[in-house]
Amino acid sequence: MRTGFFGNRRRRMIFCLCIMILFLLGICVWGLCLEEAAKVTDFSRKNLSPCPAYLFGTDWMGRDMLVRTVRGLSLSIFIGILSAVISAGIALFFGTISAVMGHWVDGLVNGIIDLVMGIPHILLLLLISVALGKGVFGVVTGVALTHWPSLARLIRAEVIQLKESPYIQIAGKLGKGKGYVIRKHMIPHLLPQFIVGLVLIFPHAILHEASITFLGFGLSSEQPAVGIILSESMRYLVTGEWWLAVFPGLFLVLVVVLFYVSGENLRRLLSPGTVHE
Amino acid sequence: MRLEVNNLIYRYHKKALPVLEEISFSMTNEERVGVAAPSGRGKTTLCKLIGGYLVPEQGEILLDGKSVMEYRGYCPIQMIWQQPELAVNPRLRMKEVLAEGDQIAERVIHGMGIEEDWLERFPTELSGGELQRFLIARALGQRTRFLLMDEITAMLDLITQSQIWNFLLQEVQERKIGLLVVSHSRPLLNQVCTRMLSVF
Repeated sequence: MRTGFFGNRRRRMIFCLCIMILFLLGICVWGLCLEEAAKVTDFSRKNLSPCPAYLFGTDWMGRDMLVRTVRGLSLSIFIGILSAVISAGIALFFGTISAVMGHWVDGLVNGIIDLVMGIPHILLLLLISVALGKGVFGVVTGVALTHWPSLARLIRAEVIQLKESPYIQIAGKLGKGKGYVIRKHMIPHLLPQFIVGLVLIFPHAILHEASITFLGFGLSSEQPAVGIILSESMRYLVTGEWWLAVFPGLFLVLVVVLFYVSGENLRRLLSPGTVHE
Repeated sequence: MRLEVNNLIYRYHKKALPVLEEISFSMTNEERVGVAAPSGRGKTTLCKLIGGYLVPEQGEILLDGKSVMEYRGYCPIQMIWQQPELAVNPRLRMKEVLAEGDQIAERVIHGMGIEEDWLERFPTELSGGELQRFLIARALGQRTRFLLMDEITAMLDLITQSQIWNFLLQEVQERKIGLLVVSHSRPLLNQVCTRMLSVF
Protein backbone atom coordinates (compact mmCIF):
# COMPACT_ATOMS: atom_id res chain seq x y z
CA MET A 1 0.00 0.00 0.00
CA ARG A 2 1.31 3.46 -0.84
CA THR A 3 1.55 5.77 2.11
CA GLY A 4 2.42 9.24 0.75
CA PHE A 5 0.25 12.22 1.60
CA PHE A 6 -1.85 11.62 -1.50
CA GLY A 7 -1.28 7.89 -1.25
CA ASN A 8 -4.80 6.68 -0.73
CA ARG A 9 -8.01 7.73 -2.38
CA ARG A 10 -9.55 8.81 0.88
CA ARG A 11 -6.82 11.41 1.49
CA ARG A 12 -7.05 12.63 -2.09
CA MET A 13 -10.80 12.94 -1.83
CA ILE A 14 -10.66 14.85 1.43
CA PHE A 15 -8.06 17.19 -0.10
CA CYS A 16 -10.21 17.83 -3.20
CA LEU A 17 -13.25 18.32 -1.01
CA CYS A 18 -11.45 20.94 1.07
CA ILE A 19 -10.37 22.83 -2.05
CA MET A 20 -13.93 22.80 -3.38
CA ILE A 21 -15.36 24.01 -0.11
CA LEU A 22 -12.72 26.74 0.11
CA PHE A 23 -13.51 27.85 -3.45
CA LEU A 24 -17.25 28.00 -2.79
CA LEU A 25 -16.75 29.76 0.53
CA GLY A 26 -14.33 32.16 -1.12
CA ILE A 27 -16.90 33.12 -3.76
CA CYS A 28 -19.51 33.53 -1.06
CA VAL A 29 -17.37 35.84 1.11
CA TRP A 30 -15.95 37.76 -1.84
CA GLY A 31 -19.48 38.32 -3.11
CA LEU A 32 -20.59 39.66 0.28
CA CYS A 33 -17.80 42.27 0.18
CA LEU A 34 -18.82 43.35 -3.32
CA GLU A 35 -22.39 44.38 -2.57
CA GLU A 36 -21.85 48.04 -3.50
CA ALA A 37 -19.21 47.46 -6.15
CA ALA A 38 -21.67 45.35 -8.16
CA LYS A 39 -23.97 48.33 -8.60
CA VAL A 40 -21.32 50.90 -9.64
CA THR A 41 -21.99 52.21 -13.11
CA ASP A 42 -19.42 54.07 -15.19
CA PHE A 43 -20.41 55.01 -18.72
CA SER A 44 -16.85 55.81 -19.70
CA ARG A 45 -16.04 52.10 -19.73
CA LYS A 46 -19.21 50.56 -21.14
CA ASN A 47 -19.29 47.51 -23.44
CA LEU A 48 -15.61 46.60 -22.99
CA SER A 49 -14.73 43.11 -24.10
CA PRO A 50 -12.65 41.01 -21.66
CA CYS A 51 -9.25 42.65 -21.04
CA PRO A 52 -6.66 42.49 -18.24
CA ALA A 53 -8.38 45.30 -16.31
CA TYR A 54 -11.87 43.79 -16.62
CA LEU A 55 -11.40 40.04 -16.92
CA PHE A 56 -15.05 39.36 -17.70
CA GLY A 57 -15.59 42.62 -19.62
CA THR A 58 -18.19 45.28 -18.78
CA ASP A 59 -21.84 45.68 -19.70
CA TRP A 60 -23.88 48.44 -21.35
CA MET A 61 -23.89 50.50 -18.15
CA GLY A 62 -20.19 50.05 -17.58
CA ARG A 63 -20.58 47.61 -14.68
CA ASP A 64 -17.70 45.22 -14.09
CA MET A 65 -18.98 41.76 -15.06
CA LEU A 66 -16.48 39.92 -12.87
CA VAL A 67 -17.82 41.71 -9.81
CA ARG A 68 -21.42 41.15 -10.88
CA THR A 69 -20.81 37.46 -11.59
CA VAL A 70 -19.17 36.84 -8.21
CA ARG A 71 -21.90 38.79 -6.44
CA GLY A 72 -24.58 36.86 -8.35
CA LEU A 73 -22.97 33.52 -7.58
CA SER A 74 -22.65 34.34 -3.91
CA LEU A 75 -26.33 35.27 -3.87
CA SER A 76 -27.13 31.99 -5.62
CA ILE A 77 -25.03 29.96 -3.19
CA PHE A 78 -26.65 31.71 -0.24
CA ILE A 79 -30.15 31.00 -1.56
CA GLY A 80 -29.11 27.45 -2.44
CA ILE A 81 -27.80 26.74 1.05
CA LEU A 82 -30.78 28.30 2.78
CA SER A 83 -33.37 26.47 0.71
CA ALA A 84 -31.47 23.17 0.76
CA VAL A 85 -31.24 23.28 4.56
CA ILE A 86 -34.96 24.04 4.93
CA SER A 87 -35.81 21.41 2.35
CA ALA A 88 -33.68 18.75 4.04
CA GLY A 89 -35.24 19.67 7.38
CA ILE A 90 -38.72 19.11 5.96
CA ALA A 91 -37.55 15.81 4.46
CA LEU A 92 -36.08 14.64 7.78
CA PHE A 93 -39.27 15.53 9.63
CA PHE A 94 -41.69 13.88 7.20
CA GLY A 95 -39.47 10.88 6.53
CA THR A 96 -39.04 10.14 10.22
CA ILE A 97 -42.62 10.60 11.36
CA SER A 98 -43.94 8.58 8.47
CA ALA A 99 -41.61 5.69 9.33
CA VAL A 100 -42.06 5.89 13.09
CA MET A 101 -45.83 6.51 13.27
CA GLY A 102 -46.86 4.23 10.39
CA HIS A 103 -50.56 3.66 9.67
CA TRP A 104 -52.47 6.70 8.41
CA VAL A 105 -49.56 9.12 8.97
CA ASP A 106 -47.45 7.04 6.60
CA GLY A 107 -50.28 7.03 4.07
CA LEU A 108 -50.77 10.78 4.34
CA VAL A 109 -47.05 11.59 3.99
CA ASN A 110 -46.75 9.25 1.01
CA GLY A 111 -49.75 10.96 -0.53
CA ILE A 112 -48.14 14.39 -0.11
CA ILE A 113 -44.86 13.09 -1.54
CA ASP A 114 -46.63 11.68 -4.60
CA LEU A 115 -48.58 14.91 -5.00
CA VAL A 116 -45.48 17.13 -4.92
CA MET A 117 -43.49 14.76 -7.12
CA GLY A 118 -46.37 14.52 -9.59
CA ILE A 119 -46.21 18.22 -10.46
CA PRO A 120 -43.14 19.34 -12.46
CA HIS A 121 -40.70 21.09 -10.11
CA ILE A 122 -40.32 24.24 -12.11
CA LEU A 123 -44.08 24.75 -12.43
CA LEU A 124 -44.80 24.33 -8.72
CA LEU A 125 -41.79 26.45 -7.84
CA LEU A 126 -42.99 29.19 -10.15
CA LEU A 127 -46.51 29.16 -8.69
CA ILE A 128 -45.26 29.29 -5.09
CA SER A 129 -42.75 32.03 -5.84
CA VAL A 130 -45.34 34.21 -7.61
CA ALA A 131 -47.96 33.57 -4.92
CA LEU A 132 -45.52 34.72 -2.24
CA GLY A 133 -44.58 37.89 -4.10
CA LYS A 134 -41.33 36.71 -5.71
CA GLY A 135 -38.07 38.03 -4.23
CA VAL A 136 -35.68 36.05 -2.04
CA PHE A 137 -38.52 34.91 0.26
CA GLY A 138 -40.62 33.57 -2.61
CA VAL A 139 -37.72 31.78 -4.27
CA VAL A 140 -36.38 30.19 -1.06
CA THR A 141 -39.84 29.02 -0.01
CA GLY A 142 -40.56 27.71 -3.47
CA VAL A 143 -37.32 25.76 -3.74
CA ALA A 144 -37.59 24.46 -0.18
CA LEU A 145 -41.16 23.23 -0.67
CA THR A 146 -40.45 21.42 -3.93
CA HIS A 147 -37.14 19.63 -3.29
CA TRP A 148 -37.81 17.56 -0.18
CA PRO A 149 -39.83 14.55 -1.43
CA SER A 150 -37.05 12.34 -2.77
CA LEU A 151 -34.90 12.81 0.36
CA ALA A 152 -37.96 12.24 2.56
CA ARG A 153 -38.63 8.97 0.76
CA LEU A 154 -35.02 7.89 1.25
CA ILE A 155 -35.07 8.71 4.96
CA ARG A 156 -38.41 6.98 5.45
CA ALA A 157 -37.11 3.80 3.83
CA GLU A 158 -33.91 3.93 5.89
CA VAL A 159 -35.71 4.42 9.20
CA ILE A 160 -38.16 1.58 8.45
CA GLN A 161 -35.29 -0.71 7.56
CA LEU A 162 -33.34 0.33 10.67
CA LYS A 163 -36.30 -0.24 12.97
CA GLU A 164 -36.58 -3.82 11.77
CA SER A 165 -32.87 -4.60 11.71
CA PRO A 166 -31.82 -7.33 14.15
CA TYR A 167 -29.01 -5.36 15.77
CA ILE A 168 -31.41 -2.64 16.88
CA GLN A 169 -33.90 -5.15 18.24
CA ILE A 170 -31.07 -6.93 20.04
CA ALA A 171 -29.89 -3.65 21.59
CA GLY A 172 -33.39 -3.32 23.06
CA LYS A 173 -33.20 -6.82 24.54
CA LEU A 174 -29.77 -5.99 25.98
CA GLY A 175 -31.49 -3.30 27.98
CA LYS A 176 -30.43 -0.31 25.90
CA GLY A 177 -32.93 2.53 25.95
CA LYS A 178 -34.40 4.52 23.05
CA GLY A 179 -31.85 7.30 23.58
CA TYR A 180 -28.93 4.92 23.20
CA VAL A 181 -30.42 3.29 20.10
CA ILE A 182 -31.06 6.65 18.47
CA ARG A 183 -27.61 8.01 19.39
CA LYS A 184 -25.49 4.95 18.65
CA HIS A 185 -27.42 3.17 15.92
CA MET A 186 -29.87 5.49 14.17
CA ILE A 187 -28.02 8.80 13.85
CA PRO A 188 -24.66 7.40 12.71
CA HIS A 189 -26.54 5.54 10.01
CA LEU A 190 -28.87 8.35 8.92
CA LEU A 191 -26.55 11.35 9.23
CA PRO A 192 -24.31 10.58 6.23
CA GLN A 193 -27.33 9.97 4.01
CA PHE A 194 -28.91 13.15 5.29
CA ILE A 195 -25.80 15.28 4.73
CA VAL A 196 -25.22 13.86 1.26
CA GLY A 197 -28.89 14.37 0.41
CA LEU A 198 -28.63 17.94 1.64
CA VAL A 199 -25.50 18.70 -0.37
CA LEU A 200 -27.04 17.16 -3.47
CA ILE A 201 -30.08 19.46 -3.17
CA PHE A 202 -27.78 22.53 -3.52
CA PRO A 203 -27.09 22.24 -7.26
CA HIS A 204 -30.80 21.73 -7.99
CA ALA A 205 -31.73 24.65 -5.80
CA ILE A 206 -29.18 26.94 -7.45
CA LEU A 207 -30.19 25.95 -10.97
CA HIS A 208 -33.88 26.36 -10.20
CA GLU A 209 -33.29 29.72 -8.57
CA ALA A 210 -31.37 30.88 -11.65
CA SER A 211 -33.97 29.52 -14.06
CA ILE A 212 -37.03 31.09 -12.45
CA THR A 213 -35.14 34.35 -12.03
CA PHE A 214 -34.21 34.15 -15.71
CA LEU A 215 -37.88 33.67 -16.56
CA GLY A 216 -38.77 36.73 -14.48
CA PHE A 217 -40.58 35.01 -11.60
CA GLY A 218 -37.76 35.08 -9.09
CA LEU A 219 -35.48 37.74 -7.70
CA SER A 220 -36.14 41.37 -8.62
CA SER A 221 -34.12 42.88 -11.41
CA GLU A 222 -32.00 45.27 -9.31
CA GLN A 223 -30.33 42.30 -7.61
CA PRO A 224 -27.30 41.05 -9.54
CA ALA A 225 -28.40 37.39 -9.55
CA VAL A 226 -27.01 35.09 -12.21
CA GLY A 227 -30.50 34.54 -13.60
CA ILE A 228 -31.00 38.31 -13.99
CA ILE A 229 -27.56 38.75 -15.59
CA LEU A 230 -28.30 35.99 -18.09
CA SER A 231 -31.76 37.23 -18.97
CA GLU A 232 -30.57 40.82 -19.45
CA SER A 233 -27.63 39.72 -21.55
CA MET A 234 -29.99 38.05 -24.01
CA ARG A 235 -30.77 41.46 -25.53
CA TYR A 236 -27.09 42.20 -26.13
CA LEU A 237 -26.02 38.82 -27.48
CA VAL A 238 -27.12 39.74 -31.02
CA THR A 239 -24.86 42.78 -30.99
CA GLY A 240 -21.87 40.56 -30.32
CA GLU A 241 -21.40 41.06 -26.57
CA TRP A 242 -20.91 37.38 -25.90
CA TRP A 243 -18.99 37.86 -22.63
CA LEU A 244 -22.12 39.08 -20.85
CA ALA A 245 -23.62 35.59 -20.93
CA VAL A 246 -20.69 33.24 -21.33
CA PHE A 247 -18.73 33.93 -18.13
CA PRO A 248 -21.63 34.11 -15.68
CA GLY A 249 -23.15 31.04 -17.33
CA LEU A 250 -19.90 29.10 -17.21
CA PHE A 251 -19.33 29.96 -13.57
CA LEU A 252 -22.87 28.98 -12.66
CA VAL A 253 -22.25 25.59 -14.24
CA LEU A 254 -18.89 25.34 -12.46
CA VAL A 255 -20.44 26.04 -9.04
CA VAL A 256 -23.22 23.53 -9.68
CA VAL A 257 -20.73 20.87 -10.78
CA LEU A 258 -18.53 21.56 -7.76
CA PHE A 259 -21.45 21.10 -5.40
CA TYR A 260 -22.46 17.92 -7.17
CA VAL A 261 -18.95 16.46 -7.10
CA SER A 262 -18.52 17.40 -3.43
CA GLY A 263 -21.78 15.62 -2.67
CA GLU A 264 -20.68 12.50 -4.51
CA ASN A 265 -17.29 12.54 -2.79
CA LEU A 266 -18.95 12.95 0.59
CA ARG A 267 -21.17 9.99 -0.18
CA ARG A 268 -18.17 7.84 -1.01
CA LEU A 269 -16.34 9.00 2.11
CA LEU A 270 -19.22 8.30 4.44
CA SER A 271 -20.71 5.07 3.12
CA PRO A 272 -19.39 1.99 4.92
CA GLY A 273 -18.90 0.09 1.66
CA THR A 274 -16.18 2.44 0.40
CA VAL A 275 -14.94 3.89 3.68
CA HIS A 276 -11.72 1.87 3.72
CA GLU A 277 -10.58 2.69 0.18
CA MET B 1 -35.80 -19.98 37.11
CA ARG B 2 -38.42 -21.68 35.03
CA LEU B 3 -39.25 -20.94 31.40
CA GLU B 4 -42.75 -21.98 30.38
CA VAL B 5 -44.22 -21.95 26.90
CA ASN B 6 -47.97 -22.49 26.74
CA ASN B 7 -50.06 -23.25 23.64
CA LEU B 8 -48.00 -21.08 21.33
CA ILE B 9 -49.53 -20.30 17.94
CA TYR B 10 -47.87 -18.08 15.37
CA ARG B 11 -48.41 -17.26 11.70
CA TYR B 12 -46.55 -14.74 9.57
CA HIS B 13 -49.60 -13.57 7.62
CA LYS B 14 -53.22 -13.60 8.59
CA LYS B 15 -54.21 -16.07 5.88
CA ALA B 16 -51.09 -18.24 6.04
CA LEU B 17 -50.97 -21.61 7.76
CA PRO B 18 -49.58 -21.36 11.27
CA VAL B 19 -45.83 -21.91 11.50
CA LEU B 20 -46.19 -23.04 15.09
CA GLU B 21 -49.28 -24.81 16.33
CA GLU B 22 -50.10 -25.27 19.97
CA ILE B 23 -46.55 -25.62 21.18
CA SER B 24 -46.06 -26.16 24.89
CA PHE B 25 -43.03 -27.07 26.94
CA SER B 26 -41.14 -25.94 29.96
CA MET B 27 -37.52 -25.97 31.10
CA THR B 28 -35.41 -24.79 34.00
CA ASN B 29 -32.18 -22.82 33.92
CA GLU B 30 -30.20 -25.97 34.68
CA GLU B 31 -31.36 -27.83 31.62
CA ARG B 32 -29.95 -27.89 28.12
CA VAL B 33 -32.73 -28.61 25.67
CA GLY B 34 -32.15 -29.57 22.06
CA VAL B 35 -34.49 -28.80 19.16
CA ALA B 36 -34.10 -30.55 15.85
CA ALA B 37 -36.44 -30.31 12.87
CA PRO B 38 -36.16 -29.97 9.10
CA SER B 39 -35.89 -26.51 7.52
CA GLY B 40 -38.94 -24.33 7.54
CA ARG B 41 -40.66 -25.89 10.54
CA GLY B 42 -40.35 -22.81 12.67
CA LYS B 43 -37.29 -23.44 14.83
CA THR B 44 -36.00 -19.90 14.37
CA THR B 45 -39.53 -18.54 14.77
CA LEU B 46 -39.78 -20.36 18.08
CA CYS B 47 -36.51 -18.79 19.23
CA LYS B 48 -37.64 -15.30 18.17
CA LEU B 49 -40.94 -15.76 20.00
CA ILE B 50 -39.28 -16.90 23.22
CA GLY B 51 -36.69 -14.13 22.92
CA GLY B 52 -39.49 -11.59 22.63
CA TYR B 53 -38.65 -10.50 19.07
CA LEU B 54 -42.06 -11.59 17.78
CA VAL B 55 -45.47 -11.39 19.40
CA PRO B 56 -47.38 -14.70 19.42
CA GLU B 57 -50.86 -14.84 17.97
CA GLN B 58 -51.97 -16.97 20.88
CA GLY B 59 -50.38 -18.48 23.93
CA GLU B 60 -47.86 -17.14 26.37
CA ILE B 61 -44.21 -17.36 27.31
CA LEU B 62 -43.63 -17.11 31.04
CA LEU B 63 -40.44 -16.64 32.98
CA ASP B 64 -41.11 -17.56 36.59
CA GLY B 65 -44.77 -16.82 35.95
CA LYS B 66 -44.15 -13.40 34.39
CA SER B 67 -44.63 -12.81 30.65
CA VAL B 68 -41.38 -12.14 28.77
CA MET B 69 -42.99 -9.20 26.99
CA GLU B 70 -43.27 -7.44 30.34
CA TYR B 71 -39.53 -7.40 30.95
CA ARG B 72 -38.12 -3.90 30.59
CA GLY B 73 -34.38 -3.33 30.43
CA TYR B 74 -32.04 -6.28 30.20
CA CYS B 75 -33.90 -9.42 29.18
CA PRO B 76 -32.78 -12.58 31.07
CA ILE B 77 -33.48 -14.58 27.90
CA GLN B 78 -30.91 -13.79 25.23
CA MET B 79 -30.93 -15.11 21.69
CA ILE B 80 -27.91 -15.70 19.50
CA TRP B 81 -28.85 -15.23 15.87
CA GLN B 82 -28.07 -17.55 13.04
CA GLN B 83 -26.57 -14.77 10.88
CA PRO B 84 -23.97 -12.92 12.95
CA GLU B 85 -23.54 -10.24 10.25
CA LEU B 86 -27.08 -8.97 10.86
CA ALA B 87 -26.73 -8.89 14.61
CA VAL B 88 -24.06 -6.18 14.75
CA ASN B 89 -24.07 -2.56 13.68
CA PRO B 90 -21.47 -2.36 10.86
CA ARG B 91 -20.43 1.10 12.06
CA LEU B 92 -19.36 0.09 15.57
CA ARG B 93 -15.98 -1.32 16.51
CA MET B 94 -16.07 -4.74 18.14
CA LYS B 95 -15.25 -3.36 21.59
CA GLU B 96 -18.34 -1.15 21.37
CA VAL B 97 -20.38 -4.15 20.27
CA LEU B 98 -19.19 -6.06 23.33
CA ALA B 99 -19.88 -3.06 25.55
CA GLU B 100 -23.57 -3.30 24.63
CA GLY B 101 -23.77 -6.48 26.72
CA ASP B 102 -24.13 -6.70 30.47
CA GLN B 103 -20.69 -6.68 32.16
CA ILE B 104 -19.00 -9.34 30.08
CA ALA B 105 -16.35 -11.11 32.16
CA GLU B 106 -12.74 -11.14 30.95
CA ARG B 107 -12.91 -14.93 31.35
CA VAL B 108 -15.72 -15.17 28.77
CA ILE B 109 -13.80 -13.10 26.22
CA HIS B 110 -10.74 -15.32 26.58
CA GLY B 111 -12.82 -18.46 26.64
CA MET B 112 -14.47 -17.60 23.33
CA GLY B 113 -11.01 -17.29 21.78
CA ILE B 114 -11.36 -13.58 21.05
CA GLU B 115 -7.99 -12.01 20.35
CA GLU B 116 -6.95 -8.61 21.67
CA ASP B 117 -6.55 -6.91 18.28
CA TRP B 118 -10.01 -7.98 17.08
CA LEU B 119 -11.52 -5.52 19.55
CA GLU B 120 -10.36 -2.55 17.46
CA ARG B 121 -11.77 -3.90 14.21
CA PHE B 122 -15.06 -3.30 12.46
CA PRO B 123 -17.47 -6.22 11.94
CA THR B 124 -16.71 -6.33 8.20
CA GLU B 125 -13.07 -7.01 9.01
CA LEU B 126 -13.89 -10.26 10.82
CA SER B 127 -14.98 -13.62 9.45
CA GLY B 128 -18.40 -15.04 10.25
CA GLY B 129 -16.94 -17.40 12.83
CA GLU B 130 -14.92 -14.69 14.55
CA LEU B 131 -17.97 -12.47 14.64
CA GLN B 132 -20.12 -15.24 16.10
CA ARG B 133 -17.71 -15.60 19.06
CA PHE B 134 -18.29 -11.94 19.90
CA LEU B 135 -22.05 -12.40 19.76
CA ILE B 136 -21.95 -15.43 22.04
CA ALA B 137 -19.75 -13.49 24.45
CA ARG B 138 -22.10 -10.49 24.29
CA ALA B 139 -25.08 -12.69 25.19
CA LEU B 140 -23.26 -14.15 28.21
CA GLY B 141 -23.89 -11.09 30.37
CA GLN B 142 -24.21 -11.23 34.16
CA ARG B 143 -27.99 -11.24 34.17
CA THR B 144 -28.51 -13.81 31.42
CA ARG B 145 -30.50 -16.84 32.62
CA PHE B 146 -31.47 -18.52 29.35
CA LEU B 147 -29.68 -18.65 26.02
CA LEU B 148 -31.43 -19.42 22.76
CA MET B 149 -28.87 -20.69 20.30
CA ASP B 150 -30.11 -20.74 16.74
CA GLU B 151 -27.64 -22.81 14.70
CA ILE B 152 -24.80 -20.87 16.21
CA THR B 153 -21.91 -23.03 15.09
CA ALA B 154 -23.17 -24.20 11.71
CA MET B 155 -20.65 -21.99 9.88
CA LEU B 156 -17.63 -23.05 11.94
CA ASP B 157 -15.07 -25.77 11.38
CA LEU B 158 -15.14 -28.73 13.76
CA ILE B 159 -12.13 -27.70 15.84
CA THR B 160 -13.52 -24.23 16.48
CA GLN B 161 -16.96 -25.71 17.16
CA SER B 162 -15.60 -28.00 19.85
CA GLN B 163 -13.52 -25.18 21.35
CA ILE B 164 -16.57 -22.94 21.62
CA TRP B 165 -18.89 -25.64 22.93
CA ASN B 166 -16.39 -26.83 25.53
CA PHE B 167 -16.12 -23.39 27.03
CA LEU B 168 -19.82 -22.68 26.69
CA LEU B 169 -20.88 -25.87 28.46
CA GLN B 170 -18.50 -25.23 31.31
CA GLU B 171 -19.73 -21.65 31.63
CA VAL B 172 -23.46 -22.42 31.57
CA GLN B 173 -23.07 -25.23 34.09
CA GLU B 174 -21.17 -23.01 36.49
CA ARG B 175 -23.55 -20.09 36.17
CA LYS B 176 -26.73 -22.15 35.81
CA ILE B 177 -27.81 -20.79 32.46
CA GLY B 178 -30.48 -22.73 30.59
CA LEU B 179 -29.79 -23.51 26.93
CA LEU B 180 -32.23 -24.02 24.10
CA VAL B 181 -30.09 -25.39 21.29
CA VAL B 182 -31.42 -25.42 17.75
CA SER B 183 -29.40 -27.45 15.28
CA HIS B 184 -29.57 -29.74 12.29
CA SER B 185 -26.81 -31.86 13.71
CA ARG B 186 -28.12 -34.71 15.86
CA PRO B 187 -24.66 -35.76 17.05
CA LEU B 188 -24.04 -32.23 18.37
CA LEU B 189 -27.39 -32.15 20.18
CA ASN B 190 -26.80 -35.61 21.63
CA GLN B 191 -23.51 -34.48 23.03
CA VAL B 192 -24.55 -31.07 24.32
CA CYS B 193 -28.10 -31.42 25.56
CA THR B 194 -29.64 -33.02 28.60
CA ARG B 195 -32.88 -33.73 26.73
CA MET B 196 -34.54 -33.27 23.38
CA LEU B 197 -37.70 -31.37 22.66
CA SER B 198 -40.20 -33.23 20.51
CA VAL B 199 -42.71 -30.57 19.60
CA PHE B 200 -42.14 -30.45 15.84
